[in-house]
Amino acid sequence: MDLVEIIHIILPILIVASAVVSIYLKDLLAAVIALAAMSLLLSLEFYILQAPDVAIAEAGVGACLTTAIFVIAIRATKRKEDA
Amino acid sequence: MSEMSRIVRTMTAIMFPFAMIYGLYVIAHGHLTPGGGFQGGAVVASACAMLLVAYGSKWVEEKIKEKNLSLLESVGAIGFIAIAFFGLFFGVAFFHNFLVGSDLLFGMVPAVGSTGANINTGGVLPLMNFAVGLKVIAGLFAIVLVMAYATTSFKEGKS
Repeated sequence: MDLVEIIHIILPILIVASAVVSIYLKDLLAAVIALAAMSLLLSLEFYILQAPDVAIAEAGVGACLTTAIFVIAIRATKRKEDA
Repeated sequence: MSEMSRIVRTMTAIMFPFAMIYGLYVIAHGHLTPGGGFQGGAVVASACAMLLVAYGSKWVEEKIKEKNLSLLESVGAIGFIAIAFFGLFFGVAFFHNFLVGSDLLFGMVPAVGSTGANINTGGVLPLMNFAVGLKVIAGLFAIVLVMAYATTSFKEGKS
């Protein structure tokens, strides 16, 4: 097994783990950061699947713009989720 | 929306030119390297969104109005479709690449085979990438800006 196949196994596990972590976090800002990390790992996965076009679009829209919109929304409301 | 702390503002001021130059590079090299109008425009719009989050919507409101962004978006769409109609008028068909092979802008024809990348090729494709990039920058940044204004007026109890 070469290095690329190992990365193909590790990256989806990390993507699913960060997505699950973003559900269970009570601090909404931390959950948004976890979602941004998921998006960044997803763009890395797109890049090693030989799709650099999609990777750039995912990194720009998924990791940055949606995070900015979420941060603006959180600053207008409460940071902690109600238990 | 108010501005953030001095640390965030300083880091944004350092990182903003790099993000901007990378996005403009992706737009300008859309016919040679991966990426194009949409991807580069998304990168530039994220750089502007970073500026908006760090410095607050009052600071941005002094620099650019949301009305002008809508105007810029329409200019991008009209430019795209106008270049397509230029293909009909100067060439043979809608979207015809009338610039390639001429001595005008972006008119060089590269040699067949694997050659070095030349920016001066592609005909109307770079111009269309510029138009799409302008539309995507203005559109995506207008979305984030409207979101910031809406939350500002929501917090002050105006709406």
